[in-house]
Amino acid sequence: MKTIILKTASTYLLPVLLLFSIFILLRGHYLPGGGFVGGLIASIAYVLHAFANGLSNTKNLLKFHPGFLMPVGLALAFLSGMAPLLFDMPFMTGLWYPEALPVLGVIGSALFFDIGVYLVVIGVTLTIIFTIADTI
Amino acid sequence: MLIAILVGFIFSMFLVVAGKFFRGKPAILSALIPLGLFAYFAQFIGQVSEGGVIIQSYNWVPSFGVNLGFTLDGLSLLFSLMITGIGFLVFVYTSSYLKEHQYLDRFYGYLSMFMAAMLGLVLSDNMISLFIFWELTSISSFFLIGFNNSSEASRKSAITALAVTGLGGMSLLAGALVLGSVGGSYSIVELLNSSGEIAASPFYIIIVILMFGAAFTKSAQFPFHFWLPGAMKAPTPVSTYLHSATMVKAGIYLLMRFTPVLGSTEFWNSTLLIVGAVTMVYAAIHTLFRRDLKGILAYSTIAALGILVFLIGQGTEAALLAAALFIAVHALYKATLFLVTGIIDHQTHTRDVTILRGLRKVMLPVAIAGFLAAISSAGIPPTLGFLGKELTYESTLAVIGTPLLWITLILITKIFLLHAGFVAGISPFVGKLPEKFSNTKKPGILLWLPPVILSVMGLSLGIFPGLIEPIIYPVVTAMGEDVGNEHLALWHGFNTVLWLSIATIVVGTVLYFVLKPSQRLEASAARVEFLSPKSIFSGLWHYFNKFSSLWTAFFQNGYLRNYVSTIILFLIGLSGYALYKTASFSLDLSTLSRITGYEMAVVVIMFLAILFTVFTRSRLAAVASMGVVGLAICLLFVFYSAPDLAMTQFSIDTLTVILFVLVLYRLPIYLKLSDYRTRIKDGVLSLGFGTIITILILEVLATPVDKTISQYYAENAYVLAHGKNVVNVILVDFRGSDTFMEISVLAIAAIGVFALLKLRLKETDQR
Repeated sequence: MKTIILKTASTYLLPVLLLFSIFILLRGHYLPGGGFVGGLIASIAYVLHAFANGLSNTKNLLKFHPGFLMPVGLALAFLSGMAPLLFDMPFMTGLWYPEALPVLGVIGSALFFDIGVYLVVIGVTLTIIFTIADTI
Repeated sequence: MLIAILVGFIFSMFLVVAGKFFRGKPAILSALIPLGLFAYFAQFIGQVSEGGVIIQSYNWVPSFGVNLGFTLDGLSLLFSLMITGIGFLVFVYTSSYLKEHQYLDRFYGYLSMFMAAMLGLVLSDNMISLFIFWELTSISSFFLIGFNNSSEASRKSAITALAVTGLGGMSLLAGALVLGSVGGSYSIVELLNSSGEIAASPFYIIIVILMFGAAFTKSAQFPFHFWLPGAMKAPTPVSTYLHSATMVKAGIYLLMRFTPVLGSTEFWNSTLLIVGAVTMVYAAIHTLFRRDLKGILAYSTIAALGILVFLIGQGTEAALLAAALFIAVHALYKATLFLVTGIIDHQTHTRDVTILRGLRKVMLPVAIAGFLAAISSAGIPPTLGFLGKELTYESTLAVIGTPLLWITLILITKIFLLHAGFVAGISPFVGKLPEKFSNTKKPGILLWLPPVILSVMGLSLGIFPGLIEPIIYPVVTAMGEDVGNEHLALWHGFNTVLWLSIATIVVGTVLYFVLKPSQRLEASAARVEFLSPKSIFSGLWHYFNKFSSLWTAFFQNGYLRNYVSTIILFLIGLSGYALYKTASFSLDLSTLSRITGYEMAVVVIMFLAILFTVFTRSRLAAVASMGVVGLAICLLFVFYSAPDLAMTQFSIDTLTVILFVLVLYRLPIYLKLSDYRTRIKDGVLSLGFGTIITILILEVLATPVDKTISQYYAENAYVLAHGKNVVNVILVDFRGSDTFMEISVLAIAAIGVFALLKLRLKETDQR
């Protein structure tokens, strides 16, 4: 499926889709979206790239095995759940930084949890798809 | 205290990234961690010996009553000091023993993880966290025992150890849950107040049996002892650590910890007495038939554990004092003997006692350590071992009922243990040095210093027993007995106990000179091997495997369609039955909202797509039209204002179609459709399933919905979690633990896919 149009388009679509996925991830707390959907969109971005340019090119672009994102995401989600323990609160209590930051808004431990979910979803999806694509 | 426990885990995680650095010379730096922890726990000695108990509690999962509560009393302190103290020496020793080993960093990672788990185990006050740490010790010891993972025997014994101790872990969890519900709390300290009610409860026997199941498997009591000799396949530092002071003592710890809660009945005492006695005599006899140094030590460890269980079973104040002291004595001399064995193995590459002779000429400090440990194990004055043995005899003489039987059994055990100690600690060093060992290199200071320190401690604590009193006495206090003002002393005057001691030493020494380990003895023991619990266990294992492969072959026959049919058939049966029993089958049309033209159109599209999927002859077309069905569902979600669901469904659907296309890409384009009989069968099955699901949904609609939960979420999403999107707030905050489990499952699934496909590739490569 190597068409020039798709190939050219995917070069521009990849960063746009990735940005979009981060946008979806961040807006999740107030509006439809969140880590899960964001992660899926980001994976679709890479899959699209792989369709247009071939799997090996996408792998080169990624620099590391996508499976690596799984432990990183899990650790991030777990640590954000553990963080309240430092303040003597039960596991998974939401912590919030009192003041809003520019652009991002109010930051809390839930955001990091969601980023963890986002990373795990990308890792899982790409690992499965790349492995299957590799093998057959 | 939480930090003290976590530091081991943190260090082992840190090694994942900093492993390279610790693989070389700086490996010894990691010994600073147990040393620091030892100092940390040692500062509490004064406070605890005056009767203080340090309690710290952190909330963990308060809704389940699971707290991270930690108690440091006499019992935990003794174990903590052994874990960190012997841990420190083992860490130092390892840096030289496994010098330049390519996985040295990994080894330290497992070791510190194990140490942390052990500390958590002995400090936990909550039974659930106790269970978690208990399982962590099983898992980390699995990696330690199987460290030489290129050898099949070592992998096998690691699995045996994990299977046996894991079984015990399940038993502990079950016991803890029953005990918690009977006693009304998961905190051991709080359970102390309700020990009377627990003993009177009809579940008492069950609780005790489950707790025994845990303790006997972990502490290698007959008939679960066989994993321990197998675990000798591990590198010697592991054997030292696991078998002298930590892992196998965890069961003993459990029994001692629950003595004040459960240990007030005849059942508790007599079971422990009998099991302990059988184990100690059985294992002590076994030591005579081994010539591998580590094999001898393994069986003598089991015998020592038997003695401890036996003493706990006596349950008197004197017996508990003897047990507490014997734990310390055994840790000191057994660790020394293991370390000495490791040095011998490391320098001469053999552990066969029938050929090892005269090594004092090449490794004098090691010989001294071995000698001191041997006499401490033999209970010859003025070592600490002598004190331990005296107390053991004294308390056994006081057992009500049949003291003569018990004293005979313990005497036999002690005599054989003395023999084993002499064989392991003295015989390799005496006599003439054989030619082939004359070039043996001298061991480095990092190797010989740890056993020397331990053995000298065993000697000096025997001469000045006052030094160890502040550690030992609070152990007995922690078990709810009062020690009184008696002091430990070497000399008690001419009494029965002394005569028993003299008899042990004399008979044991004679036995040592008469009975030398030999191939013939080992072979004669091998002849009755088929009767041993190990053979019975592996036989059972074999049949269990056979049964499970038959079972699997029947249900997991490799045809995806059969799996799906089985699952659906089962669901139809189960939910059909439940619906038949309970459903009201009434439908109130007025409660439903009006159907709009959009929705009708979407449903029609969906219906057509399904028909097309079923009847098309092209695979790709089938996949694409399945995608249409998915997207139609997305539209329905949008109509019913669930944008989050719609978005997710949309992305998932896209990815599913891509996955299908990827898989189907290589298959022929046209399907061979199955014959009419199969199709009718499948059709009936899916129609049936559809009907059941429809009835189920209508039934849900008919039941009045409890809105309190959804209202709570809607009202509190912004107030408590600062989010306006309730769906997302539920996912990341209110039910965050669920989400965490889900992403863990996802990750496991991905690893599964990766392993399945990649491993298969490698196999074809080999062909």
